[in-house]
Amino acid sequence: MSEALELLGQDIVARAPGVLGHSVAFGELTIVARAASVIDTLTFLRDDAACRFHQLIDLTGVDYPERAARFDVVYHLLSLVKNHRIRLKVSTDEDTPVPSVTPVFPVADWFEREAFDMYGIFFDGHPDLRRILTDYGFHGHPLRKDFPMTGYVEVRYDDELKRVVYEPVKITEFRAFDFLSPWEGAKYALPGDEKAQ
Amino acid sequence: MVPAIPETPVRKFNINFGPQHPAAHGVLRLVLELDGEIVERVDPHIGLLHRGTEKLMEARTYLQNIPYFDRLDYVAPMNQEHAFCLAIEKLLGVEVPIRGQIIRVLYSEIGRILNHLLNVTTQAMDVGALTPPLWGFEEREKLMVFYERACGARLHSNYFRPGGVHQDLPPELVEDIDTWAKAFPKICDDIEGLITDNRIFKQRNVDIGVVSKEEAISWGFSGVMVRGSGIAWDLRRSQPYENYNDFEFDIPLGKNGDCYDRYLCRMQEMRESTKIIRQACEMLRKTHGPVLSEDNKVAPPRRAEMKRSMEALIHHFKLYTEGFKTPAGEVYACVEAPKGEFGVFVVSDGTNKPYRCKIRAPGFPHLAAMDWMNRGHQLADVSAILGSLDIVFGEIDR
Repeated sequence: MSEALELLGQDIVARAPGVLGHSVAFGELTIVARAASVIDTLTFLRDDAACRFHQLIDLTGVDYPERAARFDVVYHLLSLVKNHRIRLKVSTDEDTPVPSVTPVFPVADWFEREAFDMYGIFFDGHPDLRRILTDYGFHGHPLRKDFPMTGYVEVRYDDELKRVVYEPVKITEFRAFDFLSPWEGAKYALPGDEKAQ
Repeated sequence: MVPAIPETPVRKFNINFGPQHPAAHGVLRLVLELDGEIVERVDPHIGLLHRGTEKLMEARTYLQNIPYFDRLDYVAPMNQEHAFCLAIEKLLGVEVPIRGQIIRVLYSEIGRILNHLLNVTTQAMDVGALTPPLWGFEEREKLMVFYERACGARLHSNYFRPGGVHQDLPPELVEDIDTWAKAFPKICDDIEGLITDNRIFKQRNVDIGVVSKEEAISWGFSGVMVRGSGIAWDLRRSQPYENYNDFEFDIPLGKNGDCYDRYLCRMQEMRESTKIIRQACEMLRKTHGPVLSEDNKVAPPRRAEMKRSMEALIHHFKLYTEGFKTPAGEVYACVEAPKGEFGVFVVSDGTNKPYRCKIRAPGFPHLAAMDWMNRGHQLADVSAILGSLDIVFGEIDR
């Protein structure tokens, strides 16, 4: 299985437009492509006789705040004919839009709205780039790593005003437990570490 | 001569459907643009049940995250857990013992029947029949008791674990499930007797919400939504996981891709699931052995062992505090959930928590298709189409 995927990956890198590289890990084929030409790449993957990935299963973002191009946009494609899957990754930053793939796969409409809502990734040429999952009038992009787990506002029904009011969150800190073993994972100094030096 | 009535500009009529409407199957707000009775545009507003599951998962260990999956599609909880466990197992390279695999198949199929019973009968309710849900929920109740007897909870089971399932099933439970499965086809006949040839049900569903093969593929449909349109695609057969290859079952297909065909597919799938359940019970009688991986770096040791062995105690402590670490990488694992392809995309950075976990809910692209599926239909058809899409907001809003 992995050998077939490896061959397919090499084939795609050789022939598809805008592809930068490929890798096979955990029995899955991942290809990395240039964001600007993602429409061409996906059209190739959809129409090429060896690929036939005519179903876009999933589209999502991943945030790596330490990188300059901090977002990955990840497309999962499936071929019902060839019975194989592929993952396509492109990266972008907060300001550069990724071309919308709605002309190639209409299902991308809502997936791109979700990625915009959750990460603030812009999609160029999207017919209707609105927020989808968060509240009306929501600020910020919750799945970014720098967005606090508790959010910024909380809502309650105010009996005097007879309406729902938004207030800053009262919880002061999110209880994040660090379960990583201090012998392998922890990067901080433990009390008493200075004695070792 | 009667003077001609001056033409007044006809205004499109906008109505709000939901968020609290029994036919909305949860909290869905549809903004409908109507021309008389004809629907011109549908704008679904979702997210009213958004709980930020994916964000919360980034702050918890893998084991702590499993209960979140019960709360996605809450009518078939274990099928969701299954996808997440498969993803973790793919990352770790853990093998599931054969008895664990059979139990997983058994409970996935129970989940499928739970889901289809709810969907088929409430779809009938959406078009005006009140009795089917009452009959279907009686059976759902029995199945939930089987859930409860396996894991202690009727709904939020937390039963599938990376490496297998949490506890073995008592032999009496297997017998009781088998007895139930023997009697269930009769119940299917009864429900079908109520709905299948019912004139009103046919009037409301035949030729409504037709999806062609091409549309089903380009709109990312899966599960019954593609099979109803006649595409033979089922992940249990085409990309088998667990030991589905050892089971004898058929994939029912629709012909016309309308709401009625999707109903028939679901009805037939319940019968096929019943076959699988009976085969699984038969296998469980013969197959003995562990249900959870013996690798104590991933799966906790048995309790009795923990009381005697110091090493087992350490393993238990480490697993329930630090949890296990997964190698860095990205995996996508999916199962044929009752509603379609339920996938989990996990990005691991090598620690004990997922760096990113994207949940691919089958209902999300299905609901996105509401706009074009409803165009040109009557207002009354909206609830019939919505019913046949099999929507549960726990998984769509996440």
